[in-house]
Amino acid sequence: MTKPIIECQGLTHIYKNTVVAVDNLNLKVLPGEVVGIIGQNGSGKTTLVKHFNGLLKPTKGKVLIDGRDTTTMKIQELAKTVGYVFQNPNQQLFAKTVESELEFGPRNIGCSEEEVIERREHAIEFFGLENIRLSHPYRIGFPLRKLVGMASIYTMKPKIYIVDEPTTGQDHITTKRVNNLINKLRDEGATIICVAHDMILLADIAQRMIVMKDSKIILDGKMKEVFLNFETIKSTHITPPQVTEVSRVLLQNKKIGKDDLCLTIPEMTTLLKKKIK
Amino acid sequence: MANHPIISIKDLTYTYAATETPALRNINLTINEGEYVSLLGLNGSGKTSLLLCLNGIIPNMMMGEFEGSVVVDGFDTTEVPVRELAKLVGMVFDNPEFQISQWSIAEEIALGLENLGISPNEMVKRIRDMLEVVGLPRFEERSPWALSGGQQQRVSIASALAMYPKILVMDEPTSNLDPIGKEEVFQVANNLNLEKKMTIVVAEHEVEVMAAYADRIILMDNGEIILNGTPEEVFSQVDRFEKIGLRVPQVTAVTKNLEEAKKIKALKKYPVTVDQFYSLVNGLI
Repeated sequence: MTKPIIECQGLTHIYKNTVVAVDNLNLKVLPGEVVGIIGQNGSGKTTLVKHFNGLLKPTKGKVLIDGRDTTTMKIQELAKTVGYVFQNPNQQLFAKTVESELEFGPRNIGCSEEEVIERREHAIEFFGLENIRLSHPYRIGFPLRKLVGMASIYTMKPKIYIVDEPTTGQDHITTKRVNNLINKLRDEGATIICVAHDMILLADIAQRMIVMKDSKIILDGKMKEVFLNFETIKSTHITPPQVTEVSRVLLQNKKIGKDDLCLTIPEMTTLLKKKIK
Repeated sequence: MANHPIISIKDLTYTYAATETPALRNINLTINEGEYVSLLGLNGSGKTSLLLCLNGIIPNMMMGEFEGSVVVDGFDTTEVPVRELAKLVGMVFDNPEFQISQWSIAEEIALGLENLGISPNEMVKRIRDMLEVVGLPRFEERSPWALSGGQQQRVSIASALAMYPKILVMDEPTSNLDPIGKEEVFQVANNLNLEKKMTIVVAEHEVEVMAAYADRIILMDNGEIILNGTPEEVFSQVDRFEKIGLRVPQVTAVTKNLEEAKKIKALKKYPVTVDQFYSLVNGLI
């Protein structure tokens, strides 16, 4: 059996001795999985993922990354394994050019100068940043700045990416570009944890979805199975993709079966082509 | 009800200072009282610039070259001070935290009213009433900083509404909110439109939500209005949206695919909501 790359055993986190943000949570993520974590603000998502890169340590229980207890690992070691792409790139970027932004991480973890340049160039190519390599990160638009934030994590070659709300406030073109990049990272074998409210994005990239509510995981499974729990999903005020809503109505009217639930436009097109005589 | 234009824009072209390309080109647009209008377009297509013309920030508080005319409720925006236009046009921006500056919600809402010279008694009444309207009754003494994003954004809306504007303008009001917050803000805007007949102009990326709420959709590209009509009329131009890199509601895209596969008969207007789509396919399967 494959060994999980992330494992939480009875993870509990209590802020200021009173607020239980994550409550006795058990979770295993396998290498190469793309997992969406959803839930309202305050449901515990961010507290949970901050345990993966050691920003937070458990109040009770354990978090194992690649088999090792995070309390025994140095932040620098964890940074090589787990990259955290912030929702707001302004919290992450500080260098004067995109190039030097992309050199910072590798240099910091002790790469040779040759290796630093090689990783920088690879990231520029992978993320398509050639035209802005000498620009100041604050002079390029917000969407590109987000890509630079992702690219700067990529230079660390982590096994696990935590991506926090990659598409908030973005238009369709940028969202598509982010989708493609996440899929490319997955193809390279990375494990991706995506915290997001954007169900259309998750339907395109995630195989597995975890729904959090009141500091607990209330649903965890393949995305379709999760969305079949209509009442639970509704209780979390999550808006499913529009085609999933149509599937729900068709299912309630017995026009389609449970296996026919659709998450994307191509899925619904294929289904209806088959159903309409 | 006769259509009464509340916003009338003629031949508007605007170029920001120190830039060469106009941010807005040759805009002609009429919005009627009580309409719910949604502006769509890529980041940088001119949505925010157009919204800033409605309350006179452009051209009165911005350097730049302004041609044409913007008339709001009979007032030419170049002839009326911005503080007068602020009474007519309430503005809500994308990041509620940028708008909040006070320690209590009452003070937050009072801020705009003080600038208008409204009496303390009247202020207390308006603050109470507007908090009711946005679903935050008796929140006066609470701190705006201790609220959720959706609640903060509703305080921003209450602040705008306390001036008794005729038009509520919102620039991506939900892009920083979680799903509950989004729902809250859209509900409040919808109630204002349906019950108080408030004119709503909102720039948004959420096409499915706009398809459900808006009376009219305006699509902008490169500073121009390229489509303007009902959600069904505008979203049926799927190719135009794809060409500029935007999407249409998912059911609209599926309908186009089914039409191309000759599974349904050719349609002039595609469905844009779940209900409309269901009535289309219900009889066929």
